[in-house]
Amino acid sequence: MTTTAPAPAAPKPVEPGAEPPPPERTRVSRWIPAAGVVAVWIVVWYFTKGTNTLALPGVARTDLHDELTEINNALLAGRDTNPVMQFTNSIADMLRSAFEWVQRMIVVPSPPRPVPEIGWLGVVAIATYIGLMIASWRIAVLVCLSFLSFGVLGFWQDSLDTLIVTGMSVAIVVVIGMPLAVLIGTSPRANKVVTVVLDLLQTMPTFVYLLPVVLFFGIGVSAAVVSTIFYALPPLVRIAGFGIREVSTTTIEATDSAGQTYWQRLRKVQLPMARKTIIVGLNQTTLAALSMATLAAFVNGPGLGKPVLAGLRINDVGAAFVPGVLIVVMAVMLDRTTTAASERAEKVARGGGGNVRMRRIVLAVGAVATLVAVYLSRTYLSLAEFPVYTIGDRLADGVNEVMDWVTDTFGGVTEVFKDFVTNWLLNPMQSLLAESPWYVSYVAISALALVFGGMRALVSTLVCLTGIWFFDLWHDAMITLTMTLVATVLVMVLALVFGVWMARDRRFDLGIRPLLDAGQTIPPFVYLIPVLALFGPTRFTAIVAAIVYAAPAAIKLVADGVKAVSPTTIEAGRSTGQTTWQEITKVQLPMARGSLVLATNQGLLYVLSMTVIGGLVGAGALGFDVVYGFSRSEAWGKGAAAGITIVLLGVMLDRITRAAADMRRDDGPGPRRAFNIRLPIGPPR
Amino acid sequence: MTAALSVDSLWKIFGPRSDKIIGTPDAELSRAELKTKTGNVVGVRDVSFDVAPGEVFVVMGLSGSGKSTLVRLLTRLIEPTSGTVTLNGMDITSASESQLRDVRRTQVSMVFQHFGLLPHRQVIDNVAYGLEVRGVSKKERRAKASEIVDLVGLTGYEMSYPDQLSGGMQQRVGLARALAGDPEMLLFDEPFSALDPLIRRDMQNEVIRLHRELGKTMVFITHDLAEALKLGDRIMILRDGAIVQIGTPDEVVAQPADDYVKDFVSEVPKAHVLTLKWVMRDPRPGESMDGPTLPVSTIVRHAARAAIASDAPIRVLDGDRLVGVVDEEDIMRVVVAEEAV
Repeated sequence: MTTTAPAPAAPKPVEPGAEPPPPERTRVSRWIPAAGVVAVWIVVWYFTKGTNTLALPGVARTDLHDELTEINNALLAGRDTNPVMQFTNSIADMLRSAFEWVQRMIVVPSPPRPVPEIGWLGVVAIATYIGLMIASWRIAVLVCLSFLSFGVLGFWQDSLDTLIVTGMSVAIVVVIGMPLAVLIGTSPRANKVVTVVLDLLQTMPTFVYLLPVVLFFGIGVSAAVVSTIFYALPPLVRIAGFGIREVSTTTIEATDSAGQTYWQRLRKVQLPMARKTIIVGLNQTTLAALSMATLAAFVNGPGLGKPVLAGLRINDVGAAFVPGVLIVVMAVMLDRTTTAASERAEKVARGGGGNVRMRRIVLAVGAVATLVAVYLSRTYLSLAEFPVYTIGDRLADGVNEVMDWVTDTFGGVTEVFKDFVTNWLLNPMQSLLAESPWYVSYVAISALALVFGGMRALVSTLVCLTGIWFFDLWHDAMITLTMTLVATVLVMVLALVFGVWMARDRRFDLGIRPLLDAGQTIPPFVYLIPVLALFGPTRFTAIVAAIVYAAPAAIKLVADGVKAVSPTTIEAGRSTGQTTWQEITKVQLPMARGSLVLATNQGLLYVLSMTVIGGLVGAGALGFDVVYGFSRSEAWGKGAAAGITIVLLGVMLDRITRAAADMRRDDGPGPRRAFNIRLPIGPPR
Repeated sequence: MTAALSVDSLWKIFGPRSDKIIGTPDAELSRAELKTKTGNVVGVRDVSFDVAPGEVFVVMGLSGSGKSTLVRLLTRLIEPTSGTVTLNGMDITSASESQLRDVRRTQVSMVFQHFGLLPHRQVIDNVAYGLEVRGVSKKERRAKASEIVDLVGLTGYEMSYPDQLSGGMQQRVGLARALAGDPEMLLFDEPFSALDPLIRRDMQNEVIRLHRELGKTMVFITHDLAEALKLGDRIMILRDGAIVQIGTPDEVVAQPADDYVKDFVSEVPKAHVLTLKWVMRDPRPGESMDGPTLPVSTIVRHAARAAIASDAPIRVLDGDRLVGVVDEEDIMRVVVAEEAV
């Protein structure tokens, strides 16, 4: 999504003796023409509403959609003769057999044995030992307990399947991604090209990958792995490439002047100096992979996503809850382990790392214990197959009961809030956007794009809107756009309040930041579960889930932006006797404008990427179209069209906010840089 | 004796199609005019000079004068636009990648303003880096490096990491790294600008000491005139990428080439820099010629006591030859004049 904004020509200080720069024309605030456009729009809407809205009933399809379905069918029919499909199918076969091989090693019966090669005890022991080896005994305990919880709660196989998919994908991502990271870290030209591709990958809401991936790789584990690779690749390439690029030029120059070769520079200077950042990239990639691996349940991918999805489909919160919790457990485990491993590596590299001999003894004892456990798990059936407990089921029932009680008791409160947002924000906006004739909305949106983003934004907007119109889902697109905008407005309200608060109060920051980090670690799927329980399947549920998903990132961006305002400026302001309110509104927020725009941009895209997931819980519109397209083969074309429409909306919103950011003179390199390394989960800690 | 370093009409122009400008009338434009006309920026404009073996050659100018660019052109850390650089008879500007690498490994080392140390390596391995890229065995390079660490006064800090050292000590590491490869020439790019004044003075003395002990040829970039006068055998003053003046410290102070240089040196305590050469005069008729004698290279300040003690003017000798006389009044004029400023 990030078209690299052209490197900002830093305003050069005027050389002594030169002409003073021409005074800038004071620009009229962009909100005034914007309000004018909206006013005109409302007037036109009043007289024309309900005509030419291009509304399409829920399950109706157009010829275009059927043609897309035909193309899909033709491609599927030609699977055996089409060379591209043959190639992708052979890759799919390879992935599948690799997955099945690992599965036979640790989870499923490996014929002729009735149980896997290594039973559950061996698996837990190996995992614990890995935790001990790369991190510390604390992590080993965390890993051990996590693995045990997978089995005790009754999702042993699903959990391990998810881990295998995640692990395979991360391994492949590293093999593909590190060379790319080096390339974009060392060659500005390659950086530009690769960044465009990464942008595209990252603008696309997760679900849109799934459609073409299914077409070329079939459903099941291979589609899960391939889509996970696509999703998890950008963070590693971007962050690692960024780390390599940011290595101090003085150091490069100094070591170059010692006469080093390209490889010596890479191996001895650039990679070691970027190591910390590279590991952050790896951490982000792992979490992204986990989140996609669970979502891959939509394409029949194996793992914990399946029970969650099944629970959501029948609105059974309790059934979705337990696997949802396990996904969170797994995310926390992976996050802590990679973080602790990198900290440990850092310490060892600095000659620390505690008592070396003691550690060797512990590792040796651990290795022996692990081998014994593996042996036992191959010998005794009870140590090979995880025993069945009923805790998971009882937990699910308990959750259902609690949820019923909560809904009965607090239903009124949530209802009031829901009605307020629905009646005062959602309905009016949706009416304006979707009930205007399509050409009126078209012109109005373009005019707003021009006001906020200038010519560049206008051109992209025209292209995207025309595309949306072409795919015959205009009315649905407008409804989705409404929900996205409303959710983003609410996200930004949260971001401003909490972001400014965090920036001004260190203790509050320290308290809330771990929560935000946790929020960003959890795969989006999981958010739906509690929200669905509270608000039932409606548009509003989808919006709340999107807000919960998008808010942490936006809050952090605003907090960091406000915090980055130079203390000298704030001090200077205070010395003039400003009030706190004046300080926030006249100094901190204006100076953090770049971050605010970036937070809006990210908020929009995060929210939009929840569209399809929202479709599961009553969001309707494009999200429903995609879900419906997945479930009915004759509606494939409509689902594909909806997917493309979501992408077009995303590109349009991205371009407008990005262009709006570029029109600002005052944003420093900070926000721009953030644009360029856009992280799907969270900025490096 | 052949020059250790010889630079001939060296140009560096930054920007698109910069190679098309030299030789055209555009090359005569001022820096600002060229920038507006073509968008290119002149870094170094037609610079030529020679450095003798063992000499300390100081390049001085304000920021933006092109001095840092110039020093990078010498080993092609930045590619020159045109002109030649000859190092010990070898043409650097036409050298191949591997020849150039060889030059950097064995003949020229550089010390940087912001040190450029590797934060993930201990002092000893930072110092040994140049030897490492050459392929010297670990044992050998560590032995050599610890020798150099001792030489620059960092004994005991071998196993520290750069971020555990003060700025002055970090620059000693930078210096040690440059010396470890036993190069014939050292390049210094404003090495002490980032240090505070007392540390800076120590480091300057360190360089003087090392120069006395090792006798390396040095090219030293600075924006600090006092530093230039203190260290330099000769000083080259740059402005907007072009040479304004090349001369010994006393020449630059006594005969500034233009108002720019004059402005620069106006604050210098002249009595500390000028030699008798610049204040002596021909004997007046009837003047007593039996005063004490001093060589012509004596610094004015050091001649003051003798001049006050003697009634007759001091006779100034160049070798055995009488070249002029100087009396108390001549010397006082220099000392008092600058107090009046």
